[in-house]
Order: sequence, then C-alpha cells, then structure tokens
Amino acid sequence: MLAAWLVYLILRPALTWVFTQAEWQVIVTNFRLFMRGQYPDEAVWRLWVGIYFLALVMGMSWGVWGQAARTFAALFGAAALLFVLLPFSLNARLNWVGVLITLVAAMLLARNRAALKPWVILGWVILLPLTIVLTAGAAWLPFLSPVAPRLWGGLLLTLMLTIIGNTLALPLGILLALGRRSSLPAIKSFCIGYIELWRGVPLVTVLFMAQIMLPLFLPAEIRVDPVVRVIIGLTLFEAAYQAENVRGGLQAMPRGQFEAAYALGLNGVLTMLFIILPQALRLVIPALLNSFISLFKDTTLVAIVGLFDLLLIGKTTLAQPDFLGKYREVYAFLFVVYWAFSMMFSYASQRLEKTLGVGTR
Amino acid sequence: MAAPAAPSLLRTAIPLWRDLRVLRVFSQVVFVVVVVLVGARLYANMRANLERQGLVTGYDFLGNPASFDIGERLIPYAASDTYGRAFLVGVLNTVMVSIIGIALATVAGVVMGVARLSPNWLIRQIAAAYVLLIRNTPLLLQLFFWYFGVVIQLPKVKQSIALLGSLFLNQRGLYLPWPVPTETFDGWKPYLMAALIASFALWLALNLIQKRLDRPLPAWWGLGYLLVPAGIAALGWALAPNAPLAVDFPVLKGLNFKGGLRVTPELFALLTGLVIYTGAFIAEVVRAGIQAVSKSQTEAARALGLKPMQILRLVIFPQALRVIIPPLTSQYLNLAKNSTLAVAIGYPDLYSVSGTIFNQTGKAVEVVTIIMGSYLVVSLTTSLLMNIYNKRMALVER
Amino acid sequence: MKRNAYITMGALTAVALVLVACGGAATVEVEVTRVVEVTSAAPAATSQVQVQVQVVTPGERMQTIKDRGNLICGVHGTFQGFGYVEADGSYTGFDVEFCKAWAAAIFGDATKVEYRSLTAKERFTALQTGEVDVLSRNSTWTLTRDVDLALTFGPTTFYDGQAMMVRKDLPATEETTLKDLEGANICVQTGTTTELNLTDQMKAAGAEYTPVVFEDNDAAFAAYDEGRCDAITSDRSQLATLRVAKMKNPDDHVILSVVMSKEPLAPAVLQGDDRLADVVHWTVYGMIQAEELGITSQNVDSFLTSADPVVKRLLGVEGEMGAKLGLSNDFIYQVIKQVGNYGEAYDRNLGPDTPYQLARGQNDLWTNGGLMYAPPIR
Repeated sequence: MLAAWLVYLILRPALTWVFTQAEWQVIVTNFRLFMRGQYPDEAVWRLWVGIYFLALVMGMSWGVWGQAARTFAALFGAAALLFVLLPFSLNARLNWVGVLITLVAAMLLARNRAALKPWVILGWVILLPLTIVLTAGAAWLPFLSPVAPRLWGGLLLTLMLTIIGNTLALPLGILLALGRRSSLPAIKSFCIGYIELWRGVPLVTVLFMAQIMLPLFLPAEIRVDPVVRVIIGLTLFEAAYQAENVRGGLQAMPRGQFEAAYALGLNGVLTMLFIILPQALRLVIPALLNSFISLFKDTTLVAIVGLFDLLLIGKTTLAQPDFLGKYREVYAFLFVVYWAFSMMFSYASQRLEKTLGVGTR
Repeated sequence: MAAPAAPSLLRTAIPLWRDLRVLRVFSQVVFVVVVVLVGARLYANMRANLERQGLVTGYDFLGNPASFDIGERLIPYAASDTYGRAFLVGVLNTVMVSIIGIALATVAGVVMGVARLSPNWLIRQIAAAYVLLIRNTPLLLQLFFWYFGVVIQLPKVKQSIALLGSLFLNQRGLYLPWPVPTETFDGWKPYLMAALIASFALWLALNLIQKRLDRPLPAWWGLGYLLVPAGIAALGWALAPNAPLAVDFPVLKGLNFKGGLRVTPELFALLTGLVIYTGAFIAEVVRAGIQAVSKSQTEAARALGLKPMQILRLVIFPQALRVIIPPLTSQYLNLAKNSTLAVAIGYPDLYSVSGTIFNQTGKAVEVVTIIMGSYLVVSLTTSLLMNIYNKRMALVER
Repeated sequence: MKRNAYITMGALTAVALVLVACGGAATVEVEVTRVVEVTSAAPAATSQVQVQVQVVTPGERMQTIKDRGNLICGVHGTFQGFGYVEADGSYTGFDVEFCKAWAAAIFGDATKVEYRSLTAKERFTALQTGEVDVLSRNSTWTLTRDVDLALTFGPTTFYDGQAMMVRKDLPATEETTLKDLEGANICVQTGTTTELNLTDQMKAAGAEYTPVVFEDNDAAFAAYDEGRCDAITSDRSQLATLRVAKMKNPDDHVILSVVMSKEPLAPAVLQGDDRLADVVHWTVYGMIQAEELGITSQNVDSFLTSADPVVKRLLGVEGEMGAKLGLSNDFIYQVIKQVGNYGEAYDRNLGPDTPYQLARGQNDLWTNGGLMYAPPIR
C-alpha cells in the first residue's frame, strides 16, 4: 500500500508532464533522424527487410517454442503496434502493419512443428550478419549499393556500433584468451599486455585515439571513414573484455575434458576447437551478453567524439530553430529508448540463460 | 641457430619441423617478428605523417606556461604555471574522485545488495527497481540528469539553505566549515605522529590478544582505536599556546561564499552519478556473492544462536567476499575509468584538462600517451591492491 | 556428444557468417588517393604505395576533389544558426552555405558536398589528416593555428568578438566591467580560444574568478541559465543566438559591451593546398562583390546582359577569371544562382527572419560601414 502510494506520488507529476505539458512535436518531426540519421531514403527498404526478417524469425520462435519466446514476441508486437498508432508517415505505419502480420503469420505457420527448430536457430544466427550486409551494402552485391557508414545515424548507428563491435570483438577475444593461457611465453605475455593495457584505459580515450591518432598511424593515402575508425576502436577495446570473459569459461573447464580428448587421439587444436571452446563459450554466455549490454550503453560516448549516434542527434534537433529549448522532451525520449532496449537485451539474456541452464548446477 | 642439420642419434625419428621444442621457439620468434614489424610500420607511418604536416613531436611543451585556469585543484596552480603542472592537477582530481567514489560506491552497493535479499517486500522491491533502472541506462545520460536536473536546480546563492548555522547548500556547491592550520600547527605535528604510532601499536596488541582467545573480542574494545589517539592529540592541543587549528567558516562575500571547504556542484554531481551507477553494479556483485554462500551456513549460524546482523557479518560476508572481490575489482576499475565522463559536466579531471592542453598545443600523440599512461597507472595500482587483498582473503579459506 | 557437435556447428556457422559479413562490410570506404610525387621519375606500379611525400604539387588536392566528384567539408554538427542537421537529414547553417558555394564553384552543383560533423577538438586534426578538404566550422583565425598547425585560412566570413553575458539582477548593465566580476564563477567551453582569452582578460582586469569548463557550449549555457555561473563568455554571435535558443528568459540577461577579443571566423584549408585555397578565397569574395553590386539569386539572370564590365567579369560573361583558377568561367554565377550572395546567406541563417535576428554590424558591407570588402575580381 505504502509503496503504491509512494510510486503514485513520484509518477503523478511525471505523467502529468508527459501527457499535458510536453510538446512532443520535436520527436515526431525528427523521428526519421532519431531512427536512422542521414541514411539515404532510397536504401531504407533494406532496413525494413531486416525488420521483417526479425519479425519472421521471432514469430517462428514463438510458434516453435511457445512459452519461452512468447513474452519476447509479444513485446516486439506491442512495439510494432505502438508505431502503427503513432502519427508517423503513412508508409512507415503500413510497414509496421506488415511487420505485425509477418509476426503472427510466422507464429501460426510454425506452431507445433518441432522439425523447424534448426531452421529457426539458423535464422537467429544469420540475422546479425544479414542485417549488417543489408545496412552497409557492398559494391559487388546486386541492389545493395554501399552506404557509407558515416551516413548511419541515430538508433541505427547506436545498434550497429553495438552489434558490429561485439561480433568482431568475440573472435579476437577468443584468440586473446587462448593466447593468455598459452604456454609460449612470448605469446602469453603479449596477450596479457594487450588485455591489461586496454582494460586499463577509459573508453573515451580509446575513442579519442581512434578519431585523432588512428589516421596518423595509417599511410597518408588511406583514409578511413570516421564510423569505421570508431568501430575499430570499440572492437579492440571490447576484445580485451571479451577475452577475460572467455578466459573465465576456459578456466572453469575440468582437466578431465582435456585428458579425455587426448585419450581419444585429438591434438591440441582439435581439442580446443571441438571440445573445450564450445563448452567454455556456453558457460560464459551470460558474461558475454552483459558485455554486449554495457557496450550498448557505452556507445553514447561516441557523441563526445562527434558521431551522430542517438545522443548527438538529440543535440542537433535542439539546434533546429523550431525546437529551440526542448531539452526535457528530447532527453526523456532518449532515456526511455536506451532503457527499453537495454531492458529488452537483459530480459533476452536472462531467458537464454534459463533455457540453456547455465549457472545452475 | 644456423641449421647444420647434423642428425642426432637420439632424435633421428623427429624431423626438425615436427620437433615440438623447435616449433615452440620458432613460432614465438615469428610472432615477435610480426608484432615488431607491424609496430615499426605504424611508427614509421606516424613519423612520416607528422613530418608531412610539419608538426614537431616531443615533450618539451610540458615546460611551457599553460596560460589557462583550472577551477578546482588540490595543489596550488595558476595560469602562469606549466602544462606539466596542469596535467598534475588533472591527475590529482581524477585520483581524488576515484578514491572517494570507490569508497562510497562500495557502501551503497553493499547496502543495496543486502537490501535485495531482505525479507521485507518493500525494501526488496525498491532495491530491485533501483538496480533495474540504473543498470539499464547510459551513465552519460544519468550524469546529465544529476547535474542539470538536480544539483544546479538547488537554490541560488542568495537563498542558500543554511544547515546547522554555518553549513550552506546552494547551486554553487556545499560549503562546510573547515579547520585550517594556524602558526602553532607545526608544534602539534609530533603529537599527531605519536597518535598514529599508538593506533598501530594498539592494533598489534589487540591482534596478539585475539590469537590467545577462542572467541571474538567484545565490540567496545574497538573504541580504543578512537580514544587512545584522540587522547594523545588532545594532550598536544592542550599544551600548545593557542589552538593549532582554527575553523574557517564560509561567509557570503560579493557574488559567492568565501572560506570553509567547498564541494563544487560538478564534483558533487559526478560523485553522485558514479556512486549510484557503480553502486547498482556492486549491488548485483554482492547479491551474487551472498547467494553463492550455501543456505545451510545461515541455518547453522542461526542454530548457534547468532543474531541476523552477526550472521551477515561473521558468517556470510567472509565467505561471500571470495566470490565478490574479483568482479568488485573490475567495478572499481570501471568507476575510475568512467570518471572521464566528468568532461561532460564541467569537472576538470585529467581527461578534461588534457583536452584543453591538446587544443592549445595540437600535440595529439604526446597528450594521448600521457592520458593513457596516467590511467594505466591508476588502473594497475587499483588492480594490484585488490589482488593483494584477494590473496589475503583467499588465505583465510581453510 | 551429439549436443556438443550441434553447438559447435552453430558456433562455426556464426563465425563463418561473420567473416563473410566482414568481407562485405570491409569494402566500405577505405578511400585511397594516390599521391603524386614530383621527384619520382616514372609512375610507380599501383602496388608500390609511396609513404614518404616530399613535395606536393599545388592543385593536387584540387585534382583529388575533382576526381572524387564532391567536396568534403568539415562543419559544426549541433550549432544553431551556423551548422546543424535538419529533420530531413540535410545540413543547414551559415557556415554550411559556404560549403555549398564552393561546391557550386567547383562542380557547378551546390549539392556535391559531403559534410563531416567535427568536434572542437578534432577539427584541425581532421584537416591535417586529409579527412576533410576544407573546414568551415566557426574557427578563429590565429597566428598559432596558421603556423603551428600548418593551415591556410580563407577570408573572414564572420567578424566576431568574445563577449561576456551576465544576469541583469547581478546587478549589471551593458557598462559593467570585467573588474566588477570579481569572485565570479564563469562558464566557458573547452577547446576554444575563448578559454585563453578569458584567462588573459581577467588577469588584465585584475579580477579573481573561477572557470567552470564544459565540453560543449550547450552544457555551458544550460549551466549558466540554471544559475551555476554568474557569467558566461563566448563569441558574441554565439551568446546572441544561444540566448534566444536556450534561455528561459532571454530578457533577464545582458551582454556586456566590453570586447574581450577579436574573433575573425574563417574557413581553413591545409597549407600547401594552394589552388583550393584560391578557390575558397575568391568564391567568398565573389559572394561579397555580388552583394555590393546588388546581384542576388533571384535577379542574377537579368544581370547576364548587363553592360557593366565589372558585372560581366564577375559572372563570367567576359574574361577568363574562372579558367585562371581551373574552374569554369561562370563559377561565381553558379554560386550566386544556387546559393546566393553573402547577404542572402547571412539573412537566411542569422538575419531578421530567424529567431536570432543578428544585426549585420561589422559583417555589413564596407559601403554600409562594415568590414566586408572584396578585392577586385579582374
């Protein structure tokens, strides 16, 4: 009772402001900017393909696993529904209707068909690379002309930095973790040095270095896109953290696993690749996901080095003559977006932990 | 290491390229050569680029006058001092924020971590909500909130909130009366030293007594730590011709308060943000640590008749600490590193000061090296201290 | 065992796909420009990339720009009036107008610009590393920057000066001096000449003060507005626009009349890019000259038939002015037609129809008592 009253006391003025005083036009007008920055209009369909694919995979998971994926799919559906109802462009709203339909259709199609499970897993696995390829494009792909990363912005950039930074950092982190446990002193000390060096410096300085110093280290003729530079910085930085996560998993592997593998005649590399790593990685999934979430939040720092992520887009909208001084609206919106995504990732990681039965012994 | 390839009788079966020992050395040599080559290439590129731009490298600029002011400093500094000293001011500010932040965040984290496991529903929910909200939003946004949303919304200077008569709180900061040394302070110093030595001696003595007993000493013995040195210091105070310390009260002069100790809004907001953010992470670390202690421990302790606080202090924590310390160390490091965000809310930490220096001198390489080196030293020192502590705790194990 | 194999398969697929994806993404934007080396006798094979560059031929950067097909312009990304992003993703602002003008001069098309939003810290480095061709990001022209940072500044596009804004209830009027600010907290942005001028001026006035230094101007302004500081110092134009843009009650504040420094804001290119520097100069002069002659984007076509030789040379009807710069002769015509003259650019972003309503003042034409004066185009 008391708690409910307390909550009411805090929420009342906040809600009053949200529904009566705040002028949300700044968000509505700039919604496009918030979502994708200067990503060209003619390539937007590619982002939609990504979202449709996500809806498809999610709907199928819902159908195949039922309970475990339902809340997640429902959340996604609710978000889509919200976008349908909000006053955005007709085109976007129609697309969200399409996304909703895809979600439900995929669910109905896949319901009670356990045989589809491997396909759904494959779907999840290729989701990230597919999205990256769709977004970035490549000169050699038909219909997918490259879109320079510096044109990515807003939520798109924030998510891309998180996703690409993490996916690239993981293999590097695994190598570093293996190197740190290597019996070769030169390799071992290099890996320890690398890991401790990167873990010892703040991310802001890493980004600062990526923006200011990286061009100095490259030959004069090679210029790298600022977003790519930041991705390089994020990857090198994140790899050190992922390495420590993976090392935790490696250390947890009982000696018996190695011995059994040797007894079966597997050599060191094969043992590592097929016996130890898969098990160790499975053990550290929660830690890896935690790093993922913290990188998501840390991408706000790219605003300090001038990349148009969600935060800096918020700032530039505040410089538009029509929306001068609308701080509260913009920052409240940003706060909610970051929180919602971060919560969603946390929730997903918890579910995954439960499903995989990690952490329970 | 030329390859004379004189086949040894012992190892005819193993060709050179399959010999593990050769392979080990060879692969390492290759690795080192590759690393060195890549490093050399990058360095050469850098030199070429700097040369092409006509920029001069070197650390000589550290001796030049900085000619900019820094608002907060722990050591005397003026605009006519050198860049080197400006760096030092920044380093000290960062170190101070880190130390205070770590201490406070630990308290906040332990309290919240224990609260999350409280039997009281309301306390548990509040702690859970705190962790959920704080952990899932970026620190940068939170700092903006604390600074712009809370701290500088305090009353203006003229309408300061006066607490206890001489303690003032306004949007320019928190002003506290603060003791300053007077001319007799030097004469008092030996007594302070004596007080310190006495505390240490007391600690040794109590430890010796403890070893001979089979039960914990009564808690009030701990008061000795306070009373003995305080007594010595008081004696010295009484013997001095006039008081060695005078209290400096904050007084409103012109636009602002003068005198006393001032906690600036920037420092206040930065510490609040860092403590609350890191506290949420530490709370989770503490919760996991406590949960890792098996439930039967609590039950056994209760059966022995220990009170809940005693169970927590004497049974649960010592065991939980072993699980807690490694992740706690990373949280401490995170706090120290996150203090760089001070630049967003106007606190002159190392990163902020270095930014100004970089802007004036344009010496990217040198400034970045100094920043990274300083943070590395801070991080590695913290790691080292925590590892020593960890070893000590681990020894207690069996 | 079967389960493990399953997981391994999944992991391997993931790694493989990531590698493929990187292959796809890696093609993005690694722009390689071959540097012409004067000393090299024969063109080297493409694989032989020259790292040491001794002498760079004038106009080499210009050639790079022409080959690339667009101009890379470094601007401010979040500064009202001077450089920010509109809801549709396009850059707008006074500084941005000049980027458009140079593109119109070089390509005959004002849209052939690629903008890079730069922070105060990275702006000059971006120029030095060749990431941007030209910088148009309200930067003050100083000797140190010109020499130490190896830049070449263009003509001043905006004459500014550092000023101080305080609350009226301090009490203060326009006549309040810096000495009166004894003991004040002063908000200032880091990474600018402002911070240094503040130190110098307060020292000269003999007033003690406490600087509160912020990473960006928005934060400094918000802190001042909330009362954290007694005063805020910045360029006069920034104070004037930000006062309208960010203040709760703009009328509660007064900008002191004391001029703390001269701040000529000018575009910059890298030293050695002489041909580009020429284009930067003469395009701006062309815009000023056009205003002086009353030529606007609306009426420029009617001037094509003018008998005035000055107008004829300006618009490229007569003479070889453009060719001397390696441009088409009608380059100023294109600039005026597509972007407008100096006054138009000013009015569009800062003038009476904008929320800021900045008076022209020093930035008016010399004929109106200002400082805008173009050397003869002949």
